Amino acid sequence: MSLTQLRPSPQHSAPPVQQSRAKLWLYRFDTRATPYVFIAPFFVLFAIFGLFPIVYNAVVSLRTWRLDEPDKDGWAGFANFTKLLTDSDFWNALYNTFGIFLLSTVPQLLLALIVANLLNRKLRGQTWWRIGILLPYLTPVVASTLVFSVFFARDNGMANWFLSLVGFGQEQPLDWRADKWSSWIAIATMVNWKWIGYNALLYLSAMQTIPKDVYEAAAVDGAGPWRQLWRITVPMIQPVVVFTVILSTIGGLQLFNEPMMFDQNPQSASGGSAHQFQTIAQLIYKVGWKDLNLGYAAAMSWALFLIILIVAGINAGLTKRIGGDR
Amino acid sequence: MTTLVNRAPQDTRGNWKTYLGLVVVLLISAFPVYWMFVIATSTDAAVSQIPPSVIPGGQLFKNLHEVFTMQDVYFAASLINSVIVSGVITAATLFFCSLAGFAFAKLRFPARNALMFVVVLTLTVPNQLGVVALYILMGKIGWNGTLLAVIAPGLVSAFGVFYMRQFIAHAVPDELVESARIDGATTMRIYWSIVVPAIRPALAVLGLLTFVMAWNDFQWPLITLNGTDFPTSMVALSDLASGNYVIYRRVLAGAFAATVPLMVLLLIGGRQIVRGIMEGAVKS
Repeated sequence: MSLTQLRPSPQHSAPPVQQSRAKLWLYRFDTRATPYVFIAPFFVLFAIFGLFPIVYNAVVSLRTWRLDEPDKDGWAGFANFTKLLTDSDFWNALYNTFGIFLLSTVPQLLLALIVANLLNRKLRGQTWWRIGILLPYLTPVVASTLVFSVFFARDNGMANWFLSLVGFGQEQPLDWRADKWSSWIAIATMVNWKWIGYNALLYLSAMQTIPKDVYEAAAVDGAGPWRQLWRITVPMIQPVVVFTVILSTIGGLQLFNEPMMFDQNPQSASGGSAHQFQTIAQLIYKVGWKDLNLGYAAAMSWALFLIILIVAGINAGLTKRIGGDR
Repeated sequence: MTTLVNRAPQDTRGNWKTYLGLVVVLLISAFPVYWMFVIATSTDAAVSQIPPSVIPGGQLFKNLHEVFTMQDVYFAASLINSVIVSGVITAATLFFCSLAGFAFAKLRFPARNALMFVVVLTLTVPNQLGVVALYILMGKIGWNGTLLAVIAPGLVSAFGVFYMRQFIAHAVPDELVESARIDGATTMRIYWSIVVPAIRPALAVLGLLTFVMAWNDFQWPLITLNGTDFPTSMVALSDLASGNYVIYRRVLAGAFAATVPLMVLLLIGGRQIVRGIMEGAVKS
């Protein structure tokens, strides 16, 4: 580096003493105010478009706010929230969200660990394997869900064709969208497909920071590769595991794109003919922009926010517990 | 006696089982994208064929032509809109986040650490939950249904500031900043001629990740742009897939057209994207 050339020569090392007052003032202004000018765009834009909507959401949730009847605007107290408690659509959506969440998170993170373990070797074409498994992460969910819609089609779908090869559903093809369990599996498959590679890379980067002598010491006990993974590697990368559990909790409970696009008629936001796979995020969209009841949608957003906080907390605790026991 | 086991996995050469496993993972990862292409090139008959056809057909351009000329979908315009939205968001994120990252990493000012803590806190705010109020806000400003409504919330990101600060902290030597200051360079000048050249790799990483996220964003663009003449490509796709009778070869030709730009990015910048995700993991 040519660092030394840029070092100040002696005659420069005195600050601009001889210079005019204006220049000195400018210099002071620059060193004192510019840092704030540099960070201001972030804080201003975030305050307006990030923070304000979340705070204002609380106000909206306490009001009657209908897009079709703007005159009805007024305080509603906790009416929107009490309505939630007895709204069967909400509880159904909550049930669906958790069902899909479990079916997608658990296999996703376990498979990601296994893929990361495969990648954590000396490999030919190392970078290309890593790039390859990121393909699902880059593919737009809207586009990939459309492919999966064809894959899980009732008539002439590839999934049903596979099933028929092993002897299932030959007399009557499975209608994947018709039932809770089958639509949940289909949607969870899409979520798993998208996020396994991404999580595998997160795990891989943590695995590579594990000191090598840890493994050498453990070999004395005769640990095989599989036990090595579960007894040494996983506990050592526990902080990243907790991080991915929190990330996928936040993402999974807000699931929107997959159930939206899996619907026969995506714009209806109904999540199947009997709401069998309607998630909360989808219900918020439907209540707000199809039923035009923004106040109620805001209340639902708050409820979802609280649920996410609680579940993320529980999951983080559980993951820590499991890791600590090993 | 000594088996492979007492070596760390990262020192172990992958055996055939490793490669077999990885090939399976890769095939599963790539298949849906490949199959999207196959259907995009097929006739209606080939789409509903059993066993399914996995060989591309010959009418990609016919299918694409149908998508691009479909009434009320504005598909061609939507691709341009997506380029504008993602491009502006990426450029603004790079500029604002590197400015703030530079200030937090190299400049001294009161409340610096407290403000950086606020940035980290904002990382945890799930702003998807504010969409109702964001919609009302955009309505008051009069931006709903315009690209501005999609662009404005994406102009900065807390992750970007955080990532830039970490990178600038060790990519730019303090002495260099000091000596430039003594030579009379303004802070802006230092940013422009010392910091920016030094952080090009980080700009590439953050730029790619930001572009991909902006391109794939669906929920908020759907809320604010649905039913207008200015959809993003994701909104146009959902329009294309809605209706009583959906023609899959056409829908997937659209999906393919909206996916190709990202596949090109993966080919050009795959290395950077991988690095960005892995570095982000270590730091968080």
